[in-house]
Amino acid sequence: MSESTSEIAPLQPTKGGHGAPAAVEHDAHGGHAHADGPHLSHHFDTYQQQFDAGKLGIWLFLLTEVLFFSGLFCAYTVYRGMHPEVFVYAHYFLNTTMGAINTCVLLVSSLTAAWAVRNAQLAQRKLLVLNIAITIVCACTFMVVKFFEYQHKFHDGLLPGPAFHPTEQVWELESFKKKHPEAAEYAEHLTKLAEAKDKAKALPAGAIPLDQPVTGVFEKPTEEQLEPLLKAGVIGPSAEDPTRPSKPRNGHVFFSIYFFMTGLHGIHVLGGIGVFIWLLVRANKGQFGPKYFGPIDYAALYWHLVDLIWIYLFPLLYLIH
Amino acid sequence: MATEDKQPMSTTPQDADATASLAAAGHGHDAHADHGLAHTMPVWMLLAVLGALMGLTILTVSVTSFDLGSQGNLVVAMVIATIKATLVCTFFMHLLWDKKFHLILFLTAVLFVILFLSMTITDRGEYQHGIDTYQSATK
Repeated sequence: MSESTSEIAPLQPTKGGHGAPAAVEHDAHGGHAHADGPHLSHHFDTYQQQFDAGKLGIWLFLLTEVLFFSGLFCAYTVYRGMHPEVFVYAHYFLNTTMGAINTCVLLVSSLTAAWAVRNAQLAQRKLLVLNIAITIVCACTFMVVKFFEYQHKFHDGLLPGPAFHPTEQVWELESFKKKHPEAAEYAEHLTKLAEAKDKAKALPAGAIPLDQPVTGVFEKPTEEQLEPLLKAGVIGPSAEDPTRPSKPRNGHVFFSIYFFMTGLHGIHVLGGIGVFIWLLVRANKGQFGPKYFGPIDYAALYWHLVDLIWIYLFPLLYLIH
Repeated sequence: MATEDKQPMSTTPQDADATASLAAAGHGHDAHADHGLAHTMPVWMLLAVLGALMGLTILTVSVTSFDLGSQGNLVVAMVIATIKATLVCTFFMHLLWDKKFHLILFLTAVLFVILFLSMTITDRGEYQHGIDTYQSATK
């Protein structure tokens, strides 16, 4: 920590004192080819003051952002605490690979955003433009992957609220079968049994069913067969239908949470793309340098926060065990 | 470090330009240098942080294939996520070198999130009876 204080200390005089630093500013401009001058707003005395004010502003904004998202994290926590089976059920429908790809894409974009700040500080114009461009490309990649994920969910009826009509049962999914092959088989068996019962009920009294009855002796289910189904609310007390394997009650709530959390995050990514396009244009004009890199720094800070939220969203939504 | 504690405003602009051209040729020279308004992250540190973040991402994905109990996996995932978040805050967001006030601001937000979550969790079982009654009535 002594290192950091020694680095901050020399900057202090420029904030408080008005006369001396201002004179220094002018000196610096004399032998300087950069178009830094116009970027000191008239209501600031020094570049340092301007930068510090902006930085405080962006940090206050990030603070509100954290609290903004915390409402959704709270909803998630409460619902997961109350109904873990809904989350276990729903996680089989999510594509971990896509989530992991998006995590990596976002991390790379965070690197380039942080690097862009360095480039602006050191007046490396070409690298700055390049790093901002890579950040934008990564952000767009993130949204494209997100688009395909959403499209897949829409197609499979995995929508929030009353629109939730999954086209596939959870034990029919590849992700479920791969993890719990025995449970999947057992669920299928139970379904056939229930269907046969329905058929028998529908027949007029005294008629003999033509197709082979599915009923018959089957051994007591093992724990491997039962446990995954119980945990996912397919059977047991939290299941929607007590007579056959089904989905957990209120399974749609997961997708409400999923769409709200990823949707709000996605809107932030879109906003970030807009900001970085604006910065790309300005960087290309050579407007940023050692004394004026605030906008790049603030945008990068915002971008890191968007990344930070995804760092939590990824394990919470995609890596449910 | 002490040698780099120069008066920033008088010498920085020229130095920054000189360093910029040097940095283009090969970085390393200006590691930890303080160019006026704020701290500059050395490239190697940026890349190292990305490497650590990627490694932790792979770790958090691969750890899901192990069963660590009903809450174990969640705890491990959250611990890894928090390490990643700390890395991003400390290095990418410059909090290690930034004014301590910004760190305090951020930690205040975190504190309130923790308060928010913990109070709600304490309260969450309160209405379970009503929910059960409702569900058995509407079944």
